[in-house]
Amino acid sequence: MAQVVIRNLNKKFDEVHAVRDVNLDIRDKEFVVLVGPSGCGKTTTLRMVAGLESITSGRVLIDDRLINDLPPMDRDIAMVFQNYALYPHMSVYDNMAFGLRMRKFDRREIQERVQQAAEILGIENYLQRKPRQLSGGQRQRVALGRAIVRHPQVFLFDEPLSNLDAKLRVQMRVELKKLHDRLGTTAMYVTHDQVEAMTLGDRVVVMKDGVVQQVGEPLELYNQPANLFVAGFLGSPAMNFARAGVVEENGALWVEEEGLRIRIPEDSAARLRRHTGKEVTLGIRPEDLWVATADDPPEFSFGATVEVIEKLGSEILLDVTAGRNTMVAAVDPRVRVTVRDRLRLALNPERLHFFDTISEMAI
Amino acid sequence: MIEGAKWRRWVFFYTPLSGFIVLLLFPFYWMVVTTFRPDNELYRPWNAPNYTPFWTLHPTLAHVEDLLTTTLFARWLLNTMMIATAATIISLFCGLLAGYALSRLKFPYAGLLGTAIFITYLVPQTLLFIPLADIIRNFKLGDTPWALILTYPTFLIPFCTWLMMGYFKAIPKELEECARIDGATRWKAMLYIIFPIAIPGILSAGIFAFTLSWNEFLYALVFLSSPEQKTVPVGVTSELVRGDVFYWGELMAGALLGSIPVAIVYSFFVEHYVAGITGSVKG
Repeated sequence: MAQVVIRNLNKKFDEVHAVRDVNLDIRDKEFVVLVGPSGCGKTTTLRMVAGLESITSGRVLIDDRLINDLPPMDRDIAMVFQNYALYPHMSVYDNMAFGLRMRKFDRREIQERVQQAAEILGIENYLQRKPRQLSGGQRQRVALGRAIVRHPQVFLFDEPLSNLDAKLRVQMRVELKKLHDRLGTTAMYVTHDQVEAMTLGDRVVVMKDGVVQQVGEPLELYNQPANLFVAGFLGSPAMNFARAGVVEENGALWVEEEGLRIRIPEDSAARLRRHTGKEVTLGIRPEDLWVATADDPPEFSFGATVEVIEKLGSEILLDVTAGRNTMVAAVDPRVRVTVRDRLRLALNPERLHFFDTISEMAI
Repeated sequence: MIEGAKWRRWVFFYTPLSGFIVLLLFPFYWMVVTTFRPDNELYRPWNAPNYTPFWTLHPTLAHVEDLLTTTLFARWLLNTMMIATAATIISLFCGLLAGYALSRLKFPYAGLLGTAIFITYLVPQTLLFIPLADIIRNFKLGDTPWALILTYPTFLIPFCTWLMMGYFKAIPKELEECARIDGATRWKAMLYIIFPIAIPGILSAGIFAFTLSWNEFLYALVFLSSPEQKTVPVGVTSELVRGDVFYWGELMAGALLGSIPVAIVYSFFVEHYVAGITGSVKG
């Protein structure tokens, strides 16, 4: 049992207000990922939970125990750093045993735990090596091993996969997920990589400028972003945005913009009615666009000119211009198009997103 | 290494290198030759028919024997060894802690303090010995080894502090943070993680401090007066240069024997020492 509760957490460095009023409830056994661009305060938040950074104001509780003023060693947490932070002068075994020795575990217990962790991570054969004799992936495993031998209440991960090459990163991501399923330890994970966030997190916290933008399950964030930032941050290629005016014609609502005229579906219309005559930001994900056929109703499609074609294999990305806007459409790889083609793109009206242009909040 | 034709390597590498080697080792060689040269050869005029300045055909240990029996050289050697070791230990201890604090702990004016410590290192000894002499007199330390053991740290501590500061800064702070999460207090993290990693830096600071105090001349000359208290550099020059008479053979023998311990210390730690200067920690 270990839940982490964060209440009105703030951090100020001299002039910079790095973390503003963060509130977060992490449930027992949950894997929560903090994601955001660099400088968004995610790492600072994690470091405050770890006790490596003082808390300007607010409270952090682990299992209802206020830990604000406890030194890192008394918080019963383990942390994995981006650069692994392996002790270079110690063998892998000693690296993993260090935390246990500091806590005065007896020799047998230490040996058992290190052995067990090494088996889980597949590093039994390297226990006598020094960190510099290991590859990046192996070092990463040792860093993980050092965290798990202690059986802490909470794992903290600070961009642990960022120093690995792309292929290894994907592999370690899967292993991390498996490891968490197996150990069931509550985890906080910081990353700037939205794919990592989406794949690893039970819930994802999106941060920007020290403020939490949205907290939710990965698909919830993806399908119902709370604001323009979350919508644009999650998903690759990113969501397309276009500013368009809302107009009413014969009882139906439309969004209109040069070269773009789309009817607003009934269920969204109710929410958008009070924006009639104003400008909103329209959002549509690349995968919700496709090359229109005769069956697609004209009110849910628009004309576009192909500018760039990116053939990815499983799909084709079309960079198109529609009026003043440029958009990306992820279309079926069998579609035959060439640059400068005029074509019609159809969209899934259920999957349209609307944002207030001024407040940037979802409508 | 220089790539390409053999002649290029000779012109750009081996020839300049041998030039440097000759330049650096010649004084040492001269010292050795003079030590083992008999007196009659030593004072032979340059235009004598059998003048051989660069070698000797009749090597002798007479000068060394003379040095060890007629002067207090052994005593000086012991004094120097003791003073240099004590001063080094004190300076290294203070420098380590100060360097760690200045590079790792956040406290007001840490940067300013670091610079201030460095500036004290820049104050020339030739100025500093005047007020120091007053202090030495007040504490009645004159003509005792303590006069040097306590004054050498005035320039050794700033030096060690700065060397260690630079070295500690190169050690990723995550190592220490990780240790503290692992259950170590700041002291233990320092003792078990940071200091072992900093060993090359500590060794080079120690070697430098030891050499500086071994060779120190001015304070030793000013603060010590009786022959049995002197250190090697002062003892050799003051006791073996009488008026305008230079006992060249004994002087060189003293210099030779005096430089051997330092050479041994250097060769012992040379690998660490180089690593300490180039200073790199790989995680």
